[in-house]
Amino acid sequence: MAVDASGGSVGYEPVIGLEVHCELATATKLFCSCPNSFGDEPNTNVCPVCLALPGSLPVLNERAVDLAIRVGLALHSDVRQCTFHRKNYFYPDMPKDYQISQYDEPLNAGGWLDLPSGTRVGVTRAHLEEDTGKTVHMGGTGRIHDATFSLVDYNRAGVPLLEIVSEPDIRSPQEAREYVAELRAILVAAGASKARMEEGSMRVDVNISVRPAGSASLATRCEIKNLNSLRSLVRALEYEIARQAEVYRSGGSVVQETRHFDEDTGRTASLRSKEEAHDYRYFEEPDLLRLVPGQERVDAIAAGLPAMPAQRRSEIAALFSSAGAGTGGGAGAGGAREDQIAGLVENGLDGLLLAAVNGGVSPEKALARTANEAASRIDEALALDPESYGRLLVMEEAGKLTATQVKAVLSEMLDEGRGDPAAIAKRLGFETMGAGSINASVEEVVASNAAEWDRYCSGEDKLAQFFIGQVMKATRGKADGKAVVAELQRLRSTR
Amino acid sequence: MTGERITIEQAAHVARLARLDVTGDELALYTMQLEAVLEYAGQVAAVDTSSVQPTAHATPAENVMRKDEPGECLERDDVLREAPESMDGMFLVPRILGEAP
Ligand SMILES: [Zn+2]
Repeated sequence: MAVDASGGSVGYEPVIGLEVHCELATATKLFCSCPNSFGDEPNTNVCPVCLALPGSLPVLNERAVDLAIRVGLALHSDVRQCTFHRKNYFYPDMPKDYQISQYDEPLNAGGWLDLPSGTRVGVTRAHLEEDTGKTVHMGGTGRIHDATFSLVDYNRAGVPLLEIVSEPDIRSPQEAREYVAELRAILVAAGASKARMEEGSMRVDVNISVRPAGSASLATRCEIKNLNSLRSLVRALEYEIARQAEVYRSGGSVVQETRHFDEDTGRTASLRSKEEAHDYRYFEEPDLLRLVPGQERVDAIAAGLPAMPAQRRSEIAALFSSAGAGTGGGAGAGGAREDQIAGLVENGLDGLLLAAVNGGVSPEKALARTANEAASRIDEALALDPESYGRLLVMEEAGKLTATQVKAVLSEMLDEGRGDPAAIAKRLGFETMGAGSINASVEEVVASNAAEWDRYCSGEDKLAQFFIGQVMKATRGKADGKAVVAELQRLRSTR
Repeated sequence: MTGERITIEQAAHVARLARLDVTGDELALYTMQLEAVLEYAGQVAAVDTSSVQPTAHATPAENVMRKDEPGECLERDDVLREAPESMDGMFLVPRILGEAP
C-alpha cells in the first residue's frame, strides 16, 4: 500500500503511549555480582546466576532498587511494596527461558511527566526487570529472517532495566520525541541511567492508534518495537499514523499486531504474527522475596534527589533575562538558546555553565562555549571539575586567552580529565599578548599588504578577516581577534 | 479423555508454549497425566484456610538484598566448553524463528 506520510493523516488524531526501557547505572547486574559494563568482550561478564546454571539463586541488587526509586520519585510515582514475577518465553536471549520482571505489583505505580511544551503525560508504572542477552544473526543478509544461525552474548543478560510505561496521553510524533527527551533528561539528572539510545541503554517501544479527530474512543493499536533514535521514533510514528488513517479511509480495519520499523525505507511492516497471542504465564518468582521500601528509605532517597531538568532550565534561562541579554535576538535566537540550554541540562553539563557564570563570565559566552565545545565531548566534559572549567572561561573573558587558545586548553583538559587551565595555557605557550605587541603586529601586516589595506579603508569590511588571519599567522594564534579588529578600526579612522 | 481440570486443547496450548512437538496419542496421554497431577495438587484446596492469612512466600522475610559490588565471573573458556557449539567467544544457536517477544 502506498502511504503518503506527509498529509495522509488529515482528519485523524493519533493516540500514543510509550514504553521506555533504560539500563540502570549500577556496577553490577540486577540479581548477580557480574559487572554491568557496556562493550566488554562477549561472555566475560557471566556467572552461574545469569547463565541459569542449576542450583544458582538470584539476589536483588540494592543499588538498582535505589536508582529505580529515584526515578519513581522524579516521576511523582507511588513507591510501594512489590513482588517479582517470572515472564516465561522461549528465546535464546535468556538462558533461564524466563525473564524476571514485575507484574501486578510494580515498584513505582502511577505518576506523571510534564513536557516542556506544557502537556502532562501520565505514567502508568515504572518497574524493575532484567535485560536480555544480545543475539547476532549470521548468514544471509545478517537479518533474522534469512540467518542460518545466531551467536549469543550474555554480558547484558541480567543487567538491571527500568521499564517506564506512559499513559496513552501523547498526541503527535513531536510530543513523543519531547517525552523521550525529557524522560532522558530526568533519568540522567537522577543519576539513574546514562540513557543513551545510540548505545542501547535506552530503548523505546510505541503503542499507536488513530481515531477521527475529536473522537474520545480508543481504536485498535499497533506496537512498534525497538526504536533506537529520536529520529526513528518520529519517522516511524509519522509513517504509522498515515498508514492507519489510510486503512480507515479506505474502509478497512487496523489489526492489532507488532510492527517493525525499517530505517532504510522509513516504513513499518508487520512482523510475522505468531500463531497465538503472547502467553507469558506470569507467576511469582519463588526465589525472590517481597520488596518493601520503607518510608524511611524512600524519604532518604527523596532528600538526596538533585534539582530536576525543568527547574534547572528555568534557573539558567533566568540568568539571561536578568542580565537583560538577548532581548531583540528575536524568537529564532531565543529558540536556539532554549534548545542549547535544554541540551546541556539533558546531558548534565549545565553545572559547567553555572561554574563559569558564577566566576563572572557572561551567560552568553558560557553557554556558547559549553554548548559548542564542552558538549561535543560529553563523557569527558562530565568528568571535568566545573570550577577549573569556570576559571578557563574567566581567562577568556578577561582577554588573557583568545578563542582559539581557549579551545586548545579545553581540549587538553578534556583529554586529561582535569588540569589547571592557567598551567596548561602556559605549557602550550599561550602567553597573553600585550596590546602593544598586538598593535605592532597589526601595523606590520598592514604595511606589507597595502592593496588589501586600501580596499579595507574604502569600506570593504570583510577584509578585516584577512587581516585577522595575517596577524594570527604572525603571532601564531596568540593575538586576540577582537583587539586586532579594534586596532584595525582605529588605524582606519586615523588614516 | 477430557478431564475435569484440564482439556486436551489446554494441554496442546501448553505444549506449544513449551515448543514441544507432541503427537495426538502423546497429547491424550499427557492430558491424563496432567489431570492426575492437578488432582493431586487439588487436595490442598480441600484444606480449610478460612482462618489463615494469605501469603506470597513460605517465609515472612523481605528485603533481602546485596551490595552493588562486583564479584567473580566464570572463565569464558570454561563456560563455552559446556555449550554444544560456540564461535568468536559466543554461544552458537540454531536459526531463530521469529523476533524476540
Ligand atoms: Zn552473573
